[in-house]
Amino acid sequence: MKLMVNGEAREIAATMLAELLAALDYEGDWLATAVNGDLVHKANRAEFQLSDGDRIEILSPMQGG
Amino acid sequence: MLELYGTELSSRLLLGTAQYPSPAILADAVKASGTSVVTVSLRREMAGGRAGEQFWSLIRSLGARILPNTAGCLSVKEAVTTAKMAREVFGTNWIKLEVIGNHDTLQPDVFGLVEAARILCEDGFAVFPYTTDDLVVAERLLETGCKVLMPWCAPIGSALGPVNMTALRSMRGYFPGVPLIVDAGLGRPSHAATVMELGFDAVLLNTAVAKAAYPVGMARAFGKAVDAGREAFSSGMLEPREVAVPSTPMIGRAVFS
Repeated sequence: MKLMVNGEAREIAATMLAELLAALDYEGDWLATAVNGDLVHKANRAEFQLSDGDRIEILSPMQGG
Repeated sequence: MLELYGTELSSRLLLGTAQYPSPAILADAVKASGTSVVTVSLRREMAGGRAGEQFWSLIRSLGARILPNTAGCLSVKEAVTTAKMAREVFGTNWIKLEVIGNHDTLQPDVFGLVEAARILCEDGFAVFPYTTDDLVVAERLLETGCKVLMPWCAPIGSALGPVNMTALRSMRGYFPGVPLIVDAGLGRPSHAATVMELGFDAVLLNTAVAKAAYPVGMARAFGKAVDAGREAFSSGMLEPREVAVPSTPMIGRAVFS
């Protein structure tokens, strides 16, 4: 399945959002996820089904003003 | 004491966490400033990366309250989603709401700002809107449920200081009971003291401290300036006069000729 992950085109076998995070070696409770512009809560990642062409954002705390 | 959304804060200086030479200097600057609120953001994490974890660990160790921002968001949708993601990560409903309308000036898109503020206030957020000094926009933001306003005094990172004192004075006079925080454009401690003397409740700054030659010293200087300006405002300043008025009593003056 073709996905856009943080702006990069990726070919990923995972079908659930939680699987995607694991496949790309993302782990930690400081991460936030959004799919196609909407927040996907941490608790919902395991059941969140991904579709071809989905745009996924994986964000973490960073310096800010 | 400053109260924002029901939380009492010991300091009237809110400090950004970006652009410091090192994490250690950031931590020392936060301590030196005396601030009790620091701003943070969310950005893309690299696959397998730990940058966010390290920064988050540092911020938590500072003991300051967290004010996440939506910096760089150009649309209502982006800002709202970023705010929701920040609430989940940082565990706070406080959000510094930025909807940027122009890449060059980083001027707020006030139309998008009001729309995003309405959505987020209805969703239970405590919204700190980064806005201009426009009174009508301020009215609209208060109508959406914002209990705090954060007008710029000059473009972000410009260090120009208050470029429109008349507008700031007018805003302070027009909204006497609303906490007003000057956010963006401050360059020097004297700028911070100036807006605090006008009666603003607090200031939020970042670049002026982080990009100083000695950020820790500058953080301390800003902390003192904010305190000085507030105490001056509370103590009733003398109005300027066009004529000289002797401070030493004239009565009892010796006459030698």
